[in-house]
Amino acid sequence: MAFGKRRKSQKRPPTVNASTLASRYDRRSFVITAVGAGVGTLLAGRMAYIAIAENEKYRVESESNRVNLTLIPPRRGWLLDRNGAPLASNRADFRVDVIPERMVNPERTLDTLAELLSLDAVALRDLKETVADARGFQPVEIGTGLSFEQFAAISVRLPDLPGVVPQRGYSRFYPTGPSVGHLIGYVGPASAEEYEIDRSPLLVTPGYKIGKDGLEKQFEQELRGEAGARRVEVTASGRIIRDLDTRPDVQGSPVKLTIDGPLQDYAARRIGLESGSAVVMDCDTGDLLCMSSMPSFDPNSFSSGIGSIEYAMLREDERVPLRNKVLKGLYPPGSTIKPMHCMTFLQEGIDPNETIVCGGGRRIGSRFFNCHSNHGVVDMNKAIAQSCDSYFYHFAQQVGFDKIAALAKRLGMGRQFPLPVTSQFYGTVPTPAWKEEKYGEPWRTFDTVNASIGQGYYLANPLQLAVMSARLATGKRLSPRLTMDQKVPVPADMGFDEEHLAYLRQAMSDVVNGAGTARRARLPLDGIQIAGKTGTAQVVGLNVSDGRTGPWKFRDHGLFVFFAPLDKPKYAGAVVIEHGGGSGSAYPIARDIMTFLFDPAKGMDALRSYERQWGGNAKERLAQKYARYAEAAGAEIPPSPPRAEEIFDRVDAEARMAAQQAEEFAENTDTVRQGRSNSGDSTGSGTGTPR
Amino acid sequence: MNSVIPAPIARQPWQMLIPLFILVAFGGAVLYSAAGGNFQPFASSHLIRFAVFFVMASIIVWFPRNFVKSAAYLVFGVVLIMLVGVEVMGAVKGGSQRWLELGFLRIQPSELMKPTIVLALASFYGTLPSGMIASWRAVVPAAALIIAPVGLVLLQPDLGTSLAIVFCGVVVMFLAGVPMRWFVAGGVAAAIATPLAFFFGLQDYQQRRVTTFLDPESDPLGSGYHITQSKIAIGSGGFSGKGFNEGSQSHLNYLPEPHTDFVFATMAEEWGLLGGILVLLIFALIMRWGLNVAKTANDRFAKLLAAGMVATMFFYVAINLMMVMGLAPVVGIPLPFMSHGGSSMMTNMICIGTLMMVNRWNREQNRSGFIR
Repeated sequence: MAFGKRRKSQKRPPTVNASTLASRYDRRSFVITAVGAGVGTLLAGRMAYIAIAENEKYRVESESNRVNLTLIPPRRGWLLDRNGAPLASNRADFRVDVIPERMVNPERTLDTLAELLSLDAVALRDLKETVADARGFQPVEIGTGLSFEQFAAISVRLPDLPGVVPQRGYSRFYPTGPSVGHLIGYVGPASAEEYEIDRSPLLVTPGYKIGKDGLEKQFEQELRGEAGARRVEVTASGRIIRDLDTRPDVQGSPVKLTIDGPLQDYAARRIGLESGSAVVMDCDTGDLLCMSSMPSFDPNSFSSGIGSIEYAMLREDERVPLRNKVLKGLYPPGSTIKPMHCMTFLQEGIDPNETIVCGGGRRIGSRFFNCHSNHGVVDMNKAIAQSCDSYFYHFAQQVGFDKIAALAKRLGMGRQFPLPVTSQFYGTVPTPAWKEEKYGEPWRTFDTVNASIGQGYYLANPLQLAVMSARLATGKRLSPRLTMDQKVPVPADMGFDEEHLAYLRQAMSDVVNGAGTARRARLPLDGIQIAGKTGTAQVVGLNVSDGRTGPWKFRDHGLFVFFAPLDKPKYAGAVVIEHGGGSGSAYPIARDIMTFLFDPAKGMDALRSYERQWGGNAKERLAQKYARYAEAAGAEIPPSPPRAEEIFDRVDAEARMAAQQAEEFAENTDTVRQGRSNSGDSTGSGTGTPR
Repeated sequence: MNSVIPAPIARQPWQMLIPLFILVAFGGAVLYSAAGGNFQPFASSHLIRFAVFFVMASIIVWFPRNFVKSAAYLVFGVVLIMLVGVEVMGAVKGGSQRWLELGFLRIQPSELMKPTIVLALASFYGTLPSGMIASWRAVVPAAALIIAPVGLVLLQPDLGTSLAIVFCGVVVMFLAGVPMRWFVAGGVAAAIATPLAFFFGLQDYQQRRVTTFLDPESDPLGSGYHITQSKIAIGSGGFSGKGFNEGSQSHLNYLPEPHTDFVFATMAEEWGLLGGILVLLIFALIMRWGLNVAKTANDRFAKLLAAGMVATMFFYVAINLMMVMGLAPVVGIPLPFMSHGGSSMMTNMICIGTLMMVNRWNREQNRSGFIR
């Protein structure tokens, strides 16, 4: 400042005395005062800017610091049976989850939790793997159904357990467990992929679960409900100071099914040690009263995250307890389609009294095809009641298989039904055109022969068999229905001749009540008669197995389609037992299911005596089996895949594989037929010897 | 002067003392709130410390001018030895430390060095002949007096206090009339040295503080968290604040150090812009009084001593407030008379006591002047 001037005017350093220093002090102290005042003004201005101009912004940020919004997961809607009893409900319980992202030392935290919850080594290892694989925001369930003591023990240690969320909540509860496993599915925490699709914050709320399979998945939106919210004041470290306000959740709407809960459970339990499924339909409305598929899994244990041992047990079971056999089990329908084929014959003008001679088989064209027995002179009634194959070889050849296939399709074979299910398999009704397209080969005589008795390329699932049976019993175009809608559907008439229907009903009655193949299927009730048709589907050639004994995998499937009462059909259905060794494994089950429908006490008596032999009901046996399996396997079980979906992907693949195997078998069926006629019903004295 | 009031009381500098008492009481109220509505542990010890150090200041007031001037280098030497002692203790015990345990008392010599460097330089320039002010002999000893303690404090390492000592020393040199070219040269040297010092001289955490200051959002949960939360506290306070004991930022622990470095943010959240203006005004009143004391002083030693003390307090206030408002990096400098902490209270009360002492010298000199 002042120096500049002075240096210009004088070359020598200026003489400095006390008074120049004093004036220099005054000038410089003024500068310093000004700078200080400037800083003060700047600070005041800065503060005014933050506090006034940016007040709104910082007020919001302060509030979002202070207030923490927690979602209250909505209680899931119930799944009800036709009488309003819950097939899936909610149970209040204490639960604990972890949020991996917020965990400081996952290893130690999980060890502490395992100690507090007394988890075993396998469960702990499963948890550690799940936590390691989880994406940060995904909560991982540690346990549900905690006792209050466990809950309290975790709660008091919370300051040392960052990322751990103990809470009171609701867990899904399936009272009949395995009986409804395939039908209803199960719930589980949303996967990362599901969160990608539905960015609802609910999906990453600890303890919230979505439907993963079956009806739980299909009705996800209805069942979900609306989340509640709790506003709390929290400290920087997340400690809750006080509740500010709470908006309660809105429970999801219930979904009422046509299923008859007890019947569903009964049928599942009655299948017992076998692997199979049972379907019962109402003949007035098409209501599906039961769709039981066994063996099954317990959706209760799936809901709380399936353990590796339990998963391994289910996966390794050759009876595929993860597959819904009602919809995804495809089987050659065998002789169960014979009444339906007869309807075509009748429509084509064939006199039911016209006979053929079964000489233990019949020559068609240049080849001789076996029947399972030598039936002698056979008319239509006898052909159905005693399941004579020769009759069908002959007349199928006469009317042509195209016409038979057309009616089969009208009766629901090879079709999907408009049901709220995740998937159902079509099956196959073979026709010349179909074979040409699929294999590029012309339809041959033996194709008609095989198809005429429900073998060959023919494939159907148990639901289709039940629908076929219902439509044939009533002559109405009944469509299966799974949910109770407002309006009850009025089925259209199939346009069958009433005389034809009466004839077939009588023939099917004779199967059970006359000189037929299923005389033991007679109902132990006065005045109510069941009618039906047996079926035995061969799975391998006779050179491998005779179909009744030997390895389970090679035994014949047992089938039975039925309706009751005979005079005015009210119920119709189908029972399919995989590798049951013949229809004798199927129709006693159908008999007991029908008995239970008309007289529950009598039905239960039968079931109880069986369950005593089997060692408990389905749920108990599953638990015992798991205990044995876990004990035998120890810790050698490979861990389960991290996502539950993979389980089902694989199962689907297996299911398709099974269907493919059936087709491959059908391609070689010519040799089968040569080897052994295979409509072999249990009463048949089929020689099974080649001629 | 009013004859009703006894002269010993009436001649006290009430124009400074009353604002100071208000400020300390206000600080006590803020600390009461910062403790969640309790006198313990902050507010009560704050007030007790003020009382103790006020007694100390009252004793300083009675030191005679010549005694102070002659003891200046001795005091400087003692404090410098204490700084060396801190280094030695740290080396012996392992790890750095800033405290010196004297059994009954815990002393932070680097804090004491701030008023001491002012005292030493004021004494140096007070005795330096006027004619020598333009020569190198006016600068080199003064620079040595500054560099010795700054070097020791940097070793601790404590950047904030080092800067404070440099600032105090430079202000005294500036007011002493050292030619402008030295400051220009020093400024250029600093401009060159700063980047070098930043990359080679600063510790990692210190570098982070600077970069965070330049862009607080770059690290919202780390170092930037302090500044962000402090601005949220001040900003959400608005014009008149959320009300006494209603500050959520401080009460729910979002604001770090709500009772020490960020006490101003704690205050501003509850008292708003009005409280902030009050604090700024009080500091302005105290410092204006201090500069008046310096201006009224008759000799260079007293002038420089008083002005240097004002500069010391100013540095505390300015850097702390700039820090909490996001205008300066987080350097860990408390706010005088409001922050909870013994060392800064002691330093600032030494400054107040020294100013009152110079004020007494002025008064007595004037009186004797009349007599002469």
